[in-house]
Amino acid sequence: MQLSGSVCAIRGPSDKNDSVSAATTSSTSGADGTFVAPLVVAYPYKRTVGTLLSRFFQSLQEGRLEGTKGSDGRVYFPPAEFDPVTGRQLDEWVTLPETGTVTTWAWQSVPQPDQPLEHPFAWALITLDGADVPMLHAVDAGDMSRIRTGSRVKVRWADERSGGIRDIACFDIIEERS
Amino acid sequence: MARRDVAIVGTAQRPNEVGTTLTSVELILPVINEVIAKVGIERREIGFWCHGSCDYMSGQPFSFVAAVDAIGAWPPIIESHVEGDGALALYEAWVKIQTGECDVALVFSNGKTTSGPIDRILNLQADPYMVTPLWPGFDSLAALQARACLDAGIMSEADMAEVAARSYRDAMNNPVAYAKENVTAAQLLDRPYTTAPLRAHDCGVPVDGANAIIMAAGDVARRLTERPAWIRGIDHRIDTQRLGARSLIESSSAAIAAATAGVGNDRIDIAELHAPYTHQEILLRRAMNLGEGTHINPSGGALVSNPAMAAGLARFAEAAESVFSGSADRVLAHCTSGPMLQQNLVCVMEGE
Amino acid sequence: MSEADGILRLRQPISVTYNWSAGPNATSPLNGLLNGTLIGKRCPGCSLVYFPPRNGVCPKCARILGDDVVVGPRGTITTFCVVNVPFLGQKIKLPYVAAQILLDGADISMQHLIQECEASDVRIGMRVEPVWKDRSEWGPTLENIAHFRPTGEPDRDMGAEAGAS
Repeated sequence: MQLSGSVCAIRGPSDKNDSVSAATTSSTSGADGTFVAPLVVAYPYKRTVGTLLSRFFQSLQEGRLEGTKGSDGRVYFPPAEFDPVTGRQLDEWVTLPETGTVTTWAWQSVPQPDQPLEHPFAWALITLDGADVPMLHAVDAGDMSRIRTGSRVKVRWADERSGGIRDIACFDIIEERS
Repeated sequence: MARRDVAIVGTAQRPNEVGTTLTSVELILPVINEVIAKVGIERREIGFWCHGSCDYMSGQPFSFVAAVDAIGAWPPIIESHVEGDGALALYEAWVKIQTGECDVALVFSNGKTTSGPIDRILNLQADPYMVTPLWPGFDSLAALQARACLDAGIMSEADMAEVAARSYRDAMNNPVAYAKENVTAAQLLDRPYTTAPLRAHDCGVPVDGANAIIMAAGDVARRLTERPAWIRGIDHRIDTQRLGARSLIESSSAAIAAATAGVGNDRIDIAELHAPYTHQEILLRRAMNLGEGTHINPSGGALVSNPAMAAGLARFAEAAESVFSGSADRVLAHCTSGPMLQQNLVCVMEGE
Repeated sequence: MSEADGILRLRQPISVTYNWSAGPNATSPLNGLLNGTLIGKRCPGCSLVYFPPRNGVCPKCARILGDDVVVGPRGTITTFCVVNVPFLGQKIKLPYVAAQILLDGADISMQHLIQECEASDVRIGMRVEPVWKDRSEWGPTLENIAHFRPTGEPDRDMGAEAGAS
């Protein structure tokens, strides 16, 4: 068994603590004398996304929201690659507006590393106008009292976009349901 | 091929704890030795070993291979591993026995849930393109389903608190349960939200745990124990992995699995439901049509002790023990996977 | 995002930090390393001595390991590999030899580097000894040993050795 040397030392973006991957320099003993040390496991994955999602992420980078339509007429955003009913690869694209409706939400009172926002915010399933299936993203509601199921929200684009769901920085509330 | 009768004949669970400094192997070894001793079987009579665990939780690729050290795999044995809950490993072992390739199987599972940030780690099982890059966390995703249930009016926060209060009180009778408290729903409702609409009591307590079960076929089971817990039905179904693409106020996979396992054929005395969230217990009761006559989670369930990857098998252990003791005749054990009940395994057991 | 054949590749780094415990049966071996001693653990069932202590368990007996046993410092090479391919972040000069070493008194072999000889000189049965780093660099780790080097003793006949390696 080896405590050191077996961990890839490539850091992810979130590794905000300064602990090192080798036990040699920062190990501590547990209450019973057992050696305990922080272990960082990080991988710099580069994922291929396939033909359909390549177009999707390219369109996000260009500031467009493109979904796909299934055989039963349902529009998916983010796009479904394959029809949930027939299993065939989907190829009918639909450009969607930047507004949508919250179908359910939850409150992240203490944001965690790598999440879209660093102050408290809402998670939500959001159905874009024209889509039939909701997507997951963050809503910068400011306070828990400002978001409801049914809230109307609008995309806030990231300042720098590189292709990826984070090209959408988050959603903003555009009007409150009374 | 005619189905073989298969029964659980013995179980062992490690008392759940937090912050263990034992290795996973040291955690598992005693429960395996304990269940073997309880059943009074020779190690070499075990024809198949099957393990449920998750490498992401231990932070070491192929850590499940190390678990073979806990088995005493000499002379060489036949074993398999499921990257998931031990209950799923139990299903594989049940299938193995059905093939006739063995008569006795030992299933075990473990989770050192507190040695890493479990809420963050479970993001790695989500859609890698659309969900993981947002790093939502398991509790946040579960909370989305809870909110949908509240909005639909099929449960209230008080109903959820009642599930928790009952579980915490029942846990006081369970020597392996971690969280125990003589508390009322009203007291729990006074406590703050953690991930609204969820409060701390709505979410299973992450603990370090391990358990093991021995199953046997036909007359072998009858030889090994007086009152085997016979598996009368078992089924595993999976909903779409896409979070928004199904109704969140029901669990169709649980309903289908329960129907196929024969839940509705007769009364269920005890149902051990693997529901790490209070709203999930209510959803599962509805999906499986469990009525007032069924005692839900007398063990306290996964709310009071949630050793990831072992909490489902713990439900099987608890349900089987209630058959062994004679306190129940027909029981249900359930296991789920995913923050929104995406996968559900349902098993019905009976004493003879 | 990068592109090849029209298929995009997205950078999606992941990082998780764990609280890793070596387990109670690693405590005396690790403390031993802090003091320049190699300490193995004996199985109370079959009496085999494990260095390193692996997961604190004897895999043959399924028993938690028991007594401390001082092993080595010398040992015998049971198998080895001459590596010609560099890995990311490597500092060792190529070619180098990684070997399994059965320390005197231990029943399983451990892996380390062989240096201070030609790669072509390394053989099964060769006797080796540890070369420690400067004490100021020591921690609870096998890395306190920089590498093993030949002792010059006559080779051991590994065919005659009964052992778990």
